Amino acid sequence: MAAKPKLCYFRGRGRMESIRWLLAAAGVEFEEEFIETREQYEKLQKDGRLLFGQVPLVEMDGMVLTQTKAILSYLAAKYDLYGKDLKERVRVDMYADGTLDLMMMIALAAFKTPGEKEENLALVVKKAKTCYFPAFEKILKDHGEDFLVGNKFSWADVQLLEAILMVEELDASVLSDFPLLKVVCEQPHKAQEAMNRDKDFSKICLQAFKTRISSIPTIKKFLQPGSQRKLPPDSHYVKTVRKVLQL
Amino acid sequence: MCAFPGVENPGDSIMAAKPKLYYFDGRGRMEPIRWLLAAAGVEFEEEFLETSKDLEKLRNDGSLMFQQVPMVEIDGMKLVQCRAILNYIAAKYNLYGKDTKERALIDMYIEGVADLNEMYLFWSISPPNEQAAKMTQMKDKIANCYLPAFEKVLKSHGQDYVVGNRLSRADIHLVELLYTVDELDPSLLANFPLLKALKTRISNLPTVKKFLQPGSPRKPPLDEKNLAKVKEIFQLK
Repeated sequence: MAAKPKLCYFRGRGRMESIRWLLAAAGVEFEEEFIETREQYEKLQKDGRLLFGQVPLVEMDGMVLTQTKAILSYLAAKYDLYGKDLKERVRVDMYADGTLDLMMMIALAAFKTPGEKEENLALVVKKAKTCYFPAFEKILKDHGEDFLVGNKFSWADVQLLEAILMVEELDASVLSDFPLLKVVCEQPHKAQEAMNRDKDFSKICLQAFKTRISSIPTIKKFLQPGSQRKLPPDSHYVKTVRKVLQL
Repeated sequence: MCAFPGVENPGDSIMAAKPKLYYFDGRGRMEPIRWLLAAAGVEFEEEFLETSKDLEKLRNDGSLMFQQVPMVEIDGMKLVQCRAILNYIAAKYNLYGKDTKERALIDMYIEGVADLNEMYLFWSISPPNEQAAKMTQMKDKIANCYLPAFEKVLKSHGQDYVVGNRLSRADIHLVELLYTVDELDPSLLANFPLLKALKTRISNLPTVKKFLQPGSPRKPPLDEKNLAKVKEIFQLK
Protein backbone atom coordinates (compact mmCIF):
# COMPACT_ATOMS: atom_id res chain seq x y z
CA MET A 1 0.00 0.00 0.00
CA ALA A 2 1.47 3.34 -1.06
CA ALA A 3 2.81 5.53 1.72
CA LYS A 4 0.77 8.62 2.51
CA PRO A 5 2.12 11.94 1.29
CA LYS A 6 4.10 13.68 4.01
CA LEU A 7 3.89 17.43 4.40
CA CYS A 8 6.57 19.41 6.18
CA TYR A 9 5.76 22.99 7.20
CA PHE A 10 4.86 25.24 10.10
CA ARG A 11 1.67 24.51 12.04
CA GLY A 12 -0.36 27.06 10.14
CA ARG A 13 -1.65 28.00 6.70
CA GLY A 14 1.08 29.94 4.91
CA ARG A 15 2.03 28.45 1.57
CA MET A 16 1.02 24.91 2.52
CA GLU A 17 -2.71 25.42 3.03
CA SER A 18 -3.67 25.21 -0.65
CA ILE A 19 -1.82 21.89 -0.80
CA ARG A 20 -3.77 20.59 2.21
CA TRP A 21 -7.02 21.69 0.55
CA LEU A 22 -6.20 19.94 -2.72
CA LEU A 23 -5.17 16.68 -1.08
CA ALA A 24 -8.30 16.78 1.09
CA ALA A 25 -10.53 17.55 -1.90
CA ALA A 26 -9.03 14.57 -3.74
CA GLY A 27 -9.80 12.38 -0.71
CA VAL A 28 -6.12 11.69 -0.06
CA GLU A 29 -4.99 11.15 3.53
CA PHE A 30 -1.70 12.77 4.42
CA GLU A 31 0.72 13.10 7.32
CA GLU A 32 2.29 16.27 8.60
CA GLU A 33 5.60 17.12 10.24
CA PHE A 34 5.46 20.53 11.89
CA ILE A 35 8.50 22.77 12.04
CA GLU A 36 8.78 24.35 15.43
CA THR A 37 12.45 25.14 15.93
CA ARG A 38 15.37 26.61 14.02
CA GLU A 39 17.27 23.34 14.62
CA GLN A 40 14.61 21.30 12.80
CA TYR A 41 14.81 23.67 9.86
CA GLU A 42 18.61 23.58 9.71
CA LYS A 43 18.49 19.79 9.78
CA LEU A 44 16.15 19.76 6.79
CA GLN A 45 18.57 21.98 4.92
CA LYS A 46 21.62 19.95 5.89
CA ASP A 47 19.86 16.71 4.89
CA GLY A 48 19.50 18.19 1.42
CA ARG A 49 15.74 17.83 1.35
CA LEU A 50 15.09 21.48 0.51
CA LEU A 51 16.24 22.18 -3.04
CA PHE A 52 16.33 25.94 -2.58
CA GLY A 53 16.48 25.91 1.20
CA GLN A 54 12.74 26.51 1.54
CA VAL A 55 9.51 24.90 2.67
CA PRO A 56 6.77 23.80 1.83
CA LEU A 57 8.15 20.31 1.40
CA VAL A 58 6.04 17.35 0.30
CA GLU A 59 7.40 13.84 0.07
CA MET A 60 5.32 11.51 -2.06
CA ASP A 61 5.64 8.88 -4.78
CA GLY A 62 9.36 8.63 -4.12
CA MET A 63 9.92 12.33 -4.76
CA VAL A 64 11.09 15.13 -2.48
CA LEU A 65 9.13 18.12 -3.80
CA THR A 66 9.40 21.78 -2.92
CA GLN A 67 7.89 24.86 -4.58
CA THR A 68 4.19 25.25 -3.89
CA LYS A 69 3.01 25.53 -7.49
CA ALA A 70 5.05 22.53 -8.60
CA ILE A 71 3.44 20.46 -5.85
CA LEU A 72 -0.08 21.71 -6.59
CA SER A 73 0.29 21.02 -10.34
CA TYR A 74 1.52 17.50 -9.65
CA LEU A 75 -1.40 16.78 -7.34
CA ALA A 76 -3.93 18.26 -9.75
CA ALA A 77 -2.63 16.08 -12.58
CA LYS A 78 -2.35 12.95 -10.46
CA TYR A 79 -5.89 13.19 -9.09
CA ASP A 80 -7.53 14.23 -12.35
CA LEU A 81 -8.39 17.74 -11.19
CA TYR A 82 -6.64 19.53 -14.05
CA GLY A 83 -9.19 19.58 -16.89
CA LYS A 84 -9.38 17.12 -19.78
CA ASP A 85 -6.97 18.74 -22.25
CA LEU A 86 -4.48 21.53 -22.71
CA LYS A 87 -7.08 24.26 -23.27
CA GLU A 88 -8.93 23.32 -20.09
CA ARG A 89 -5.68 23.03 -18.18
CA VAL A 90 -4.60 26.57 -19.08
CA ARG A 91 -7.89 27.87 -17.72
CA VAL A 92 -7.45 25.90 -14.49
CA ASP A 93 -3.92 27.35 -14.21
CA MET A 94 -5.12 30.91 -14.86
CA TYR A 95 -7.90 30.71 -12.29
CA ALA A 96 -5.76 28.91 -9.69
CA ASP A 97 -2.92 31.42 -10.01
CA GLY A 98 -5.32 34.35 -9.69
CA THR A 99 -6.69 32.99 -6.42
CA LEU A 100 -3.21 32.07 -5.18
CA ASP A 101 -2.12 35.71 -5.72
CA LEU A 102 -5.05 36.88 -3.59
CA MET A 103 -4.41 34.35 -0.83
CA MET A 104 -0.68 35.10 -0.75
CA MET A 105 -1.44 38.74 -0.05
CA ILE A 106 -3.39 37.62 3.01
CA ALA A 107 -0.66 35.23 4.16
CA LEU A 108 2.06 37.87 3.83
CA ALA A 109 -0.01 40.57 5.58
CA ALA A 110 0.30 38.60 8.83
CA PHE A 111 4.01 39.52 8.92
CA LYS A 112 3.59 43.28 8.54
CA THR A 113 3.41 45.90 11.27
CA PRO A 114 -0.16 46.36 12.65
CA GLY A 115 -0.88 49.52 10.62
CA GLU A 116 0.49 48.07 7.38
CA LYS A 117 -1.30 44.78 8.00
CA GLU A 118 -4.68 46.49 8.31
CA GLU A 119 -4.00 48.50 5.17
CA ASN A 120 -2.94 45.41 3.21
CA LEU A 121 -5.93 43.36 4.33
CA ALA A 122 -8.30 46.19 3.39
CA LEU A 123 -6.66 46.23 -0.04
CA VAL A 124 -7.16 42.47 -0.35
CA VAL A 125 -10.87 42.79 0.37
CA LYS A 126 -11.11 45.62 -2.15
CA LYS A 127 -9.30 43.58 -4.83
CA ALA A 128 -11.50 40.58 -4.11
CA LYS A 129 -14.65 42.67 -4.48
CA THR A 130 -13.63 44.72 -7.52
CA CYS A 131 -11.36 42.41 -9.48
CA TYR A 132 -11.14 38.75 -8.52
CA PHE A 133 -14.66 37.78 -7.49
CA PRO A 134 -16.33 39.67 -10.35
CA ALA A 135 -14.04 37.79 -12.77
CA PHE A 136 -15.13 34.43 -11.38
CA GLU A 137 -18.76 35.49 -11.14
CA LYS A 138 -18.62 36.29 -14.86
CA ILE A 139 -17.09 32.91 -15.74
CA LEU A 140 -19.82 31.05 -13.85
CA LYS A 141 -22.52 33.27 -15.34
CA ASP A 142 -21.24 32.92 -18.91
CA HIS A 143 -21.33 29.13 -19.03
CA GLY A 144 -23.96 28.51 -16.36
CA GLU A 145 -22.25 25.28 -15.29
CA ASP A 146 -21.66 24.00 -11.78
CA PHE A 147 -17.87 24.16 -11.94
CA LEU A 148 -15.39 26.69 -13.25
CA VAL A 149 -13.86 24.58 -16.02
CA GLY A 150 -15.20 21.88 -18.30
CA ASN A 151 -18.33 21.15 -16.30
CA LYS A 152 -16.23 19.06 -13.95
CA PHE A 153 -14.76 19.55 -10.48
CA SER A 154 -11.15 20.75 -10.70
CA TRP A 155 -8.28 22.34 -8.75
CA ALA A 156 -9.68 25.76 -9.76
CA ASP A 157 -12.91 25.15 -7.82
CA VAL A 158 -11.01 24.07 -4.70
CA GLN A 159 -8.82 27.19 -4.78
CA LEU A 160 -11.74 29.52 -5.38
CA LEU A 161 -13.68 28.12 -2.42
CA GLU A 162 -10.55 28.39 -0.26
CA ALA A 163 -10.12 32.03 -1.35
CA ILE A 164 -13.79 32.89 -0.77
CA LEU A 165 -13.68 31.52 2.78
CA MET A 166 -10.39 33.29 3.50
CA VAL A 167 -11.71 36.66 2.33
CA GLU A 168 -14.98 36.12 4.22
CA GLU A 169 -12.90 35.79 7.39
CA LEU A 170 -11.78 39.36 6.74
CA ASP A 171 -15.20 40.65 5.65
CA ALA A 172 -18.20 38.41 6.10
CA SER A 173 -20.30 40.42 3.66
CA VAL A 174 -17.89 40.18 0.73
CA LEU A 175 -20.10 37.99 -1.46
CA SER A 176 -23.28 39.90 -0.76
CA ASP A 177 -22.02 42.86 -2.78
CA PHE A 178 -22.68 41.07 -6.02
CA PRO A 179 -25.94 42.20 -7.64
CA LEU A 180 -26.87 38.67 -8.59
CA LEU A 181 -26.33 37.58 -5.02
CA LYS A 182 -28.43 40.28 -3.36
CA VAL A 183 -31.59 38.22 -3.65
CA VAL A 184 -29.90 35.10 -2.36
CA CYS A 185 -28.29 36.76 0.66
CA GLU A 186 -30.59 39.60 1.72
CA GLN A 187 -33.92 38.03 1.07
CA PRO A 188 -33.30 34.34 1.57
CA HIS A 189 -37.04 33.53 1.72
CA LYS A 190 -37.47 35.13 -1.72
CA ALA A 191 -34.23 33.57 -2.89
CA GLN A 192 -35.50 30.08 -2.25
CA GLU A 193 -38.63 31.00 -4.23
CA ALA A 194 -36.55 32.37 -7.07
CA MET A 195 -34.28 29.35 -7.05
CA ASN A 196 -37.22 26.95 -7.03
CA ARG A 197 -38.78 28.83 -9.90
CA ASP A 198 -35.64 28.95 -11.99
CA LYS A 199 -33.06 26.29 -11.27
CA ASP A 200 -30.54 28.03 -13.52
CA PHE A 201 -30.58 31.18 -11.39
CA SER A 202 -29.15 29.36 -8.42
CA LYS A 203 -26.32 28.06 -10.53
CA ILE A 204 -24.94 31.36 -11.64
CA CYS A 205 -23.73 33.09 -8.53
CA LEU A 206 -20.72 32.79 -6.27
CA GLN A 207 -22.80 32.22 -3.16
CA ALA A 208 -24.39 29.19 -4.80
CA PHE A 209 -20.94 28.05 -5.96
CA LYS A 210 -19.67 28.28 -2.40
CA THR A 211 -22.60 26.22 -1.08
CA ARG A 212 -22.29 23.66 -3.84
CA ILE A 213 -18.51 23.07 -3.52
CA SER A 214 -18.70 23.02 0.30
CA SER A 215 -21.19 20.14 0.03
CA ILE A 216 -18.86 17.87 -1.88
CA PRO A 217 -18.20 15.03 0.64
CA THR A 218 -14.39 15.36 0.74
CA ILE A 219 -14.60 19.13 1.10
CA LYS A 220 -17.37 18.90 3.70
CA LYS A 221 -15.15 16.60 5.74
CA PHE A 222 -12.20 19.00 5.48
CA LEU A 223 -14.40 21.88 6.68
CA GLN A 224 -15.32 20.09 9.87
CA PRO A 225 -13.49 20.72 13.17
CA GLY A 226 -10.69 18.21 13.78
CA SER A 227 -9.60 18.11 10.16
CA GLN A 228 -6.09 19.13 9.07
CA ARG A 229 -7.32 22.53 7.94
CA LYS A 230 -5.33 25.21 9.72
CA LEU A 231 -6.45 28.40 11.45
CA PRO A 232 -5.72 31.94 10.26
CA PRO A 233 -2.24 33.16 11.26
CA ASP A 234 -2.09 34.36 14.87
CA SER A 235 0.77 36.01 16.75
CA HIS A 236 2.17 32.64 17.90
CA TYR A 237 2.39 31.45 14.28
CA VAL A 238 4.07 34.65 13.13
CA LYS A 239 6.53 34.45 16.02
CA THR A 240 7.42 30.81 15.24
CA VAL A 241 7.99 31.49 11.55
CA ARG A 242 10.12 34.54 12.27
CA LYS A 243 12.21 32.54 14.72
CA VAL A 244 12.70 29.55 12.42
CA LEU A 245 13.45 31.54 9.26
CA GLN A 246 15.38 34.22 11.17
CA LEU A 247 13.33 36.99 9.55
CA MET B 1 -12.57 41.41 -29.40
CA CYS B 2 -13.78 37.87 -28.95
CA ALA B 3 -11.61 35.59 -26.91
CA PHE B 4 -12.94 32.33 -28.25
CA PRO B 5 -12.52 30.52 -31.58
CA GLY B 6 -15.26 30.46 -34.20
CA VAL B 7 -15.44 34.20 -34.76
CA GLU B 8 -12.24 34.58 -36.72
CA ASN B 9 -11.73 35.77 -40.27
CA PRO B 10 -12.14 32.76 -42.60
CA GLY B 11 -8.75 33.63 -44.09
CA ASP B 12 -7.11 33.04 -40.72
CA SER B 13 -8.01 29.37 -40.67
CA ILE B 14 -5.64 28.72 -43.54
CA MET B 15 -2.63 29.79 -41.50
CA ALA B 16 -2.85 29.94 -37.72
CA ALA B 17 -2.48 33.49 -36.39
CA LYS B 18 0.79 34.20 -34.63
CA PRO B 19 0.60 34.53 -30.86
CA LYS B 20 0.36 38.18 -29.82
CA LEU B 21 2.01 39.47 -26.68
CA TYR B 22 0.65 42.49 -24.80
CA TYR B 23 3.16 44.17 -22.48
CA PHE B 24 5.52 47.12 -22.29
CA ASP B 25 8.66 47.20 -24.44
CA GLY B 26 10.93 45.60 -21.88
CA ARG B 27 11.68 42.36 -20.07
CA GLY B 28 9.58 42.43 -16.89
CA ARG B 29 7.34 39.40 -16.55
CA MET B 30 7.03 38.79 -20.29
CA GLU B 31 10.64 37.94 -21.07
CA PRO B 32 10.49 34.22 -20.12
CA ILE B 33 7.51 33.90 -22.47
CA ARG B 34 9.51 35.49 -25.31
CA TRP B 35 12.41 33.12 -24.65
CA LEU B 36 10.19 30.04 -24.59
CA LEU B 37 8.29 30.90 -27.77
CA ALA B 38 11.57 31.72 -29.51
CA ALA B 39 13.20 28.49 -28.34
CA ALA B 40 10.19 26.56 -29.66
CA GLY B 41 10.69 28.27 -33.02
CA VAL B 42 7.36 30.11 -32.80
CA GLU B 43 7.11 33.55 -34.40
CA PHE B 44 5.06 36.05 -32.45
CA GLU B 45 3.82 39.62 -32.60
CA GLU B 46 3.94 42.20 -29.85
CA GLU B 47 1.76 45.13 -28.92
CA PHE B 48 3.59 47.48 -26.58
CA LEU B 49 1.90 49.53 -23.89
CA GLU B 50 3.35 53.04 -24.01
CA THR B 51 1.18 54.82 -21.43
CA SER B 52 -1.19 54.07 -18.57
CA LYS B 53 -4.02 54.89 -21.00
CA ASP B 54 -3.03 51.87 -23.09
CA LEU B 55 -3.35 49.67 -20.00
CA GLU B 56 -6.66 51.31 -19.14
CA LYS B 57 -7.96 50.53 -22.62
CA LEU B 58 -7.04 46.83 -22.33
CA ARG B 59 -8.77 46.71 -18.95
CA ASN B 60 -11.89 48.41 -20.28
CA ASP B 61 -11.99 46.07 -23.29
CA GLY B 62 -12.36 43.18 -20.85
CA SER B 63 -9.19 41.65 -22.27
CA LEU B 64 -7.43 41.16 -18.94
CA MET B 65 -9.07 38.64 -16.65
CA PHE B 66 -7.48 40.02 -13.46
CA GLN B 67 -6.79 43.50 -14.86
CA GLN B 68 -3.09 42.68 -15.27
CA VAL B 69 -0.55 42.09 -18.00
CA PRO B 70 1.21 40.00 -19.33
CA MET B 71 -1.55 38.92 -21.66
CA VAL B 72 -1.01 36.60 -24.63
CA GLU B 73 -3.51 35.98 -27.40
CA ILE B 74 -2.95 32.47 -28.64
CA ASP B 75 -5.15 29.78 -30.22
CA GLY B 76 -8.27 31.89 -29.85
CA MET B 77 -7.71 32.57 -26.16
CA LYS B 78 -6.66 35.63 -24.17
CA LEU B 79 -4.33 34.19 -21.55
CA VAL B 80 -3.10 35.93 -18.42
CA GLN B 81 -0.91 34.75 -15.49
CA CYS B 82 2.67 34.02 -16.58
CA ARG B 83 2.81 30.50 -15.20
CA ALA B 84 -0.42 29.52 -16.97
CA ILE B 85 0.85 30.98 -20.25
CA LEU B 86 4.26 29.32 -19.96
CA ASN B 87 2.71 25.96 -18.98
CA TYR B 88 0.48 26.10 -22.07
CA ILE B 89 3.32 26.94 -24.44
CA ALA B 90 5.64 24.32 -22.94
CA ALA B 91 3.02 21.57 -23.20
CA LYS B 92 1.94 22.57 -26.69
CA TYR B 93 5.50 22.52 -28.03
CA ASN B 94 6.53 19.40 -26.18
CA LEU B 95 9.01 21.08 -23.82
CA TYR B 96 7.48 19.82 -20.58
CA GLY B 97 9.02 16.41 -19.99
CA LYS B 98 7.53 13.02 -20.84
CA ASP B 99 5.27 12.41 -17.81
CA THR B 100 3.92 13.97 -14.60
CA LYS B 101 7.00 13.06 -12.57
CA GLU B 102 9.35 14.78 -15.04
CA ARG B 103 6.96 17.70 -15.09
CA ALA B 104 7.07 17.91 -11.30
CA LEU B 105 10.86 18.15 -11.41
CA ILE B 106 10.76 20.72 -14.20
CA ASP B 107 8.20 22.74 -12.26
CA MET B 108 10.25 22.64 -9.08
CA TYR B 109 13.35 23.91 -10.88
CA ILE B 110 11.60 26.62 -12.86
CA GLU B 111 9.67 27.93 -9.85
CA GLY B 112 13.09 28.50 -8.26
CA VAL B 113 14.17 30.40 -11.38
CA ALA B 114 10.91 32.37 -11.22
CA ASP B 115 11.59 33.36 -7.59
CA LEU B 116 14.98 34.74 -8.60
CA ASN B 117 13.41 36.53 -11.57
CA GLU B 118 11.02 38.20 -9.10
CA MET B 119 13.95 39.44 -7.04
CA TYR B 120 15.57 40.79 -10.20
CA LEU B 121 12.33 42.49 -11.27
CA PHE B 122 11.85 44.22 -7.94
CA TRP B 123 15.49 45.23 -7.84
CA SER B 124 15.21 46.84 -11.31
CA ILE B 125 12.29 49.04 -10.28
CA SER B 126 13.37 49.90 -6.75
CA PRO B 127 14.61 53.38 -5.81
CA PRO B 128 18.37 53.93 -6.31
CA ASN B 129 19.06 54.12 -2.56
CA GLU B 130 17.58 50.64 -2.04
CA GLN B 131 19.23 48.96 -5.00
CA ALA B 132 22.63 48.29 -3.47
CA ALA B 133 21.19 46.31 -0.55
CA LYS B 134 18.83 44.39 -2.84
CA MET B 135 21.71 43.59 -5.21
CA THR B 136 23.82 42.21 -2.35
CA GLN B 137 20.92 40.03 -1.21
CA MET B 138 20.29 38.80 -4.74
CA LYS B 139 23.94 37.98 -5.44
CA ASP B 140 24.10 36.09 -2.16
CA LYS B 141 21.10 33.96 -3.13
CA ILE B 142 22.48 33.40 -6.62
CA ALA B 143 25.93 32.34 -5.43
CA ASN B 144 24.94 30.34 -2.34
CA CYS B 145 21.52 28.92 -3.10
CA TYR B 146 20.36 28.81 -6.69
CA LEU B 147 23.49 28.20 -8.77
CA PRO B 148 24.80 25.48 -6.43
CA ALA B 149 21.40 23.78 -6.51
CA PHE B 150 21.30 23.67 -10.31
CA GLU B 151 24.95 22.68 -10.66
CA LYS B 152 24.21 19.80 -8.28
CA VAL B 153 21.25 18.66 -10.41
CA LEU B 154 23.43 18.59 -13.53
CA LYS B 155 26.20 16.79 -11.69
CA SER B 156 23.80 14.18 -10.26
CA HIS B 157 22.91 12.76 -13.68
CA GLY B 158 25.76 14.05 -15.85
CA GLN B 159 23.40 14.59 -18.79
CA ASP B 160 23.26 17.39 -21.32
CA TYR B 161 19.88 18.68 -20.19
CA VAL B 162 18.40 19.51 -16.81
CA VAL B 163 15.56 16.95 -16.92
CA GLY B 164 14.96 13.67 -18.74
CA ASN B 165 18.02 13.76 -20.97
CA ARG B 166 16.30 15.98 -23.53
CA LEU B 167 15.55 19.63 -24.10
CA SER B 168 12.77 21.08 -21.95
CA ARG B 169 11.63 24.46 -20.73
CA ALA B 170 13.83 23.94 -17.66
CA ASP B 171 16.91 24.40 -19.86
CA ILE B 172 15.49 27.52 -21.50
CA HIS B 173 14.41 29.27 -18.29
CA LEU B 174 17.66 28.37 -16.54
CA VAL B 175 19.83 29.60 -19.40
CA GLU B 176 17.83 32.84 -19.56
CA LEU B 177 18.64 33.25 -15.87
CA LEU B 178 22.33 32.55 -16.48
CA TYR B 179 22.43 35.34 -19.04
CA THR B 180 20.90 37.71 -16.49
CA VAL B 181 23.41 36.59 -13.86
CA ASP B 182 26.20 37.16 -16.35
CA GLU B 183 24.95 40.71 -16.94
CA LEU B 184 24.89 41.42 -13.20
CA ASP B 185 28.30 39.93 -12.47
CA PRO B 186 30.13 37.45 -14.73
CA SER B 187 32.29 36.25 -11.84
CA LEU B 188 29.20 34.64 -10.25
CA LEU B 189 29.32 31.86 -12.83
CA ALA B 190 33.02 31.16 -12.40
CA ASN B 191 32.68 28.18 -10.06
CA PHE B 192 29.92 26.40 -11.94
CA PRO B 193 31.44 24.54 -14.90
CA LEU B 194 28.38 22.42 -15.68
CA LEU B 195 26.10 25.45 -15.77
CA LYS B 196 28.55 27.27 -18.04
CA ALA B 197 28.60 24.26 -20.36
CA LEU B 198 24.77 24.13 -20.37
CA LYS B 199 24.64 27.82 -21.22
CA THR B 200 26.96 27.31 -24.19
CA ARG B 201 25.17 24.20 -25.39
CA ILE B 202 21.67 25.73 -25.25
CA SER B 203 22.89 28.97 -26.79
CA ASN B 204 24.03 27.00 -29.82
CA LEU B 205 20.60 25.52 -30.54
CA PRO B 206 19.49 27.17 -33.80
CA THR B 207 16.34 28.78 -32.42
CA VAL B 208 18.07 30.07 -29.30
CA LYS B 209 21.08 31.25 -31.31
CA LYS B 210 18.73 33.27 -33.51
CA PHE B 211 17.02 34.78 -30.47
CA LEU B 212 20.38 35.84 -29.03
CA GLN B 213 21.23 37.84 -32.13
CA PRO B 214 20.62 41.61 -32.38
CA GLY B 215 17.28 42.49 -33.91
CA SER B 216 15.42 39.62 -32.23
CA PRO B 217 12.45 40.22 -29.89
CA ARG B 218 14.80 39.78 -26.91
CA LYS B 219 14.71 42.86 -24.69
CA PRO B 220 17.59 44.71 -23.01
CA PRO B 221 17.79 45.46 -19.27
CA LEU B 222 15.68 48.36 -18.03
CA ASP B 223 17.30 51.75 -18.55
CA GLU B 224 16.31 55.05 -16.90
CA LYS B 225 14.04 56.18 -19.70
CA ASN B 226 12.12 52.91 -19.75
CA LEU B 227 11.97 52.77 -15.96
CA ALA B 228 10.11 56.08 -16.00
CA LYS B 229 7.75 54.71 -18.64
CA VAL B 230 7.08 51.52 -16.62
CA LYS B 231 6.29 53.58 -13.52
CA GLU B 232 3.80 55.68 -15.47
CA ILE B 233 2.10 52.71 -17.18
CA PHE B 234 1.64 50.77 -13.94
CA GLN B 235 1.22 53.86 -11.76
CA LEU B 236 4.07 52.81 -9.47
CA LYS B 237 5.55 55.21 -6.94
